[in-house]
Amino acid sequence: MARSGAVIGFFLGEPQAARVVPPTGFTASLTLLSAAAMAFLAIFALALALAAGRLADRWGAELARSSTIRISAPEGQMAAQTEAVLKVLKTTPGVASARVLGKDEQQALLEPWFGPDLPLETLPIPRLIAITETAQGYDPQGLRLRLAAEAPGAVLDDHTRWRRPLVRAAGRLRMLGWVSILLIALTMAAMVSLAANAALAANAQVIRVLRLVGARDAFIIRAFVRRFTLRALTGAAGGVFLGGLAVAFLPAAQPEGGFLTGLGFQGWDWLWPLAVPFFAALVAFAATRRAARKTLEGMS
Amino acid sequence: MIELENVAYDYGGGALLSDVTLELGAGSFHFLTGPSGAGKTTLLKLCYGALVPTSGQVRLFGADLGGMDRDDIALARRRIGVVHQDCQFLDHLCVADNIALPLMVAGRDLLAEGANLKELTNWVGLNARSGAFPPELSGGERQRAALARAVIMSPDVVLADEPTGNIDWDMSQRILSLLVELNRMGKTIMVATHDLALIRAAKALVQARVLRISNHGIQLAGSDL
Repeated sequence: MARSGAVIGFFLGEPQAARVVPPTGFTASLTLLSAAAMAFLAIFALALALAAGRLADRWGAELARSSTIRISAPEGQMAAQTEAVLKVLKTTPGVASARVLGKDEQQALLEPWFGPDLPLETLPIPRLIAITETAQGYDPQGLRLRLAAEAPGAVLDDHTRWRRPLVRAAGRLRMLGWVSILLIALTMAAMVSLAANAALAANAQVIRVLRLVGARDAFIIRAFVRRFTLRALTGAAGGVFLGGLAVAFLPAAQPEGGFLTGLGFQGWDWLWPLAVPFFAALVAFAATRRAARKTLEGMS
Repeated sequence: MIELENVAYDYGGGALLSDVTLELGAGSFHFLTGPSGAGKTTLLKLCYGALVPTSGQVRLFGADLGGMDRDDIALARRRIGVVHQDCQFLDHLCVADNIALPLMVAGRDLLAEGANLKELTNWVGLNARSGAFPPELSGGERQRAALARAVIMSPDVVLADEPTGNIDWDMSQRILSLLVELNRMGKTIMVATHDLALIRAAKALVQARVLRISNHGIQLAGSDL
């Protein structure tokens, strides 16, 4: 309660400390603009990170629990090998269910490449068995060995070969998004530090006068920190508003568009941008405080 | 109140002050004189902790300056009112706000101090100018505003550096009478000035010790003053 009161007091109260620093100067516009620009960029980085995260989770979840067995055998042995595979799967720990794909399903799978009129009966199409795993999963190596013994025409495809690079790529993309946010925060801290140092240098006479009349370091630091924190908060709020608008007007997610059209915020994700101005204010607070402390130590 | 014991100060280009011993007792009135560049301003700065002596000891209200951190010095300065020759105002604040600046930095409620502030601006004759900004003031008005700011915290000591340096004789007399009035209220006063006429005029009003800086040290001025 006392802490929240102090925070509210910092933003709303102590106009006396705020008044001692001249209100204008190029540093005001610099802080405001850089905070707005950085917040705008942060919104896109955040959208990228969240979208990549969703993609990685979806790919991971969709592919992790399923696998396929493909049986390529002469026509006379197909039924027997299918039966043998199903028998093996029934006794394999970690397999929740297994079923042979019907002709219609196989037709649907091949349709995008060969069209709807493909005569499946006349073609040597392998038979497919879809496996759903339990949460624990099965041992693919053990299953392969058993299949080799019971049904030599059966090949297990547990999707890991092509699932892993996809999930890894999405994970990297998510990390890239967060690294971008970190870089944006560091850049903003550097910009605010520069602006604060310039303001402190430009107001050296103000600091001298304040010291002459008995101002403690904490008072002087508070005066500058409050000014820069509020500027960063205001600038970042503007940047978030514009960035949010831009993201909101991106094309909606389309299956044909793939990842790019899914860039944006969904549901509770929209709360993340609201945190950006406060985070920017926090960065400005820390950067200005550090700059002010160093300046005051240098002036003593 | 303020004591200097065997204090020396070296600007890097040689000794400016050496072996200075001085005590500003409660309720005393001192003039500090000497030629330009003799070290009057430096001595005043040593007295309010703006400079640290090269050697020797400065004690502010009994505390050794060498053992004080910046916050301690800030608190000590609230008991020392300083009037600078160039006044040192914040130009973006009006006269009333500049006078109230020590109250602001001490975190005092300006509304509660409103009556005192008005009384003080009236005392220095700046009531009509309290809304003006420092660049709009004349030299005499600036000095009076600086004096008001120096005493608003009711300090024990007032140090004035050439408070009549850029103003006419009548205004100098007015500033002097304000300082004498403060001394009669029990404040310790030290005025650095090269204006000997002012010192002579003061002798008729107050019992003041006149110190002269010469050969890097201070000595009591003779009967020529």
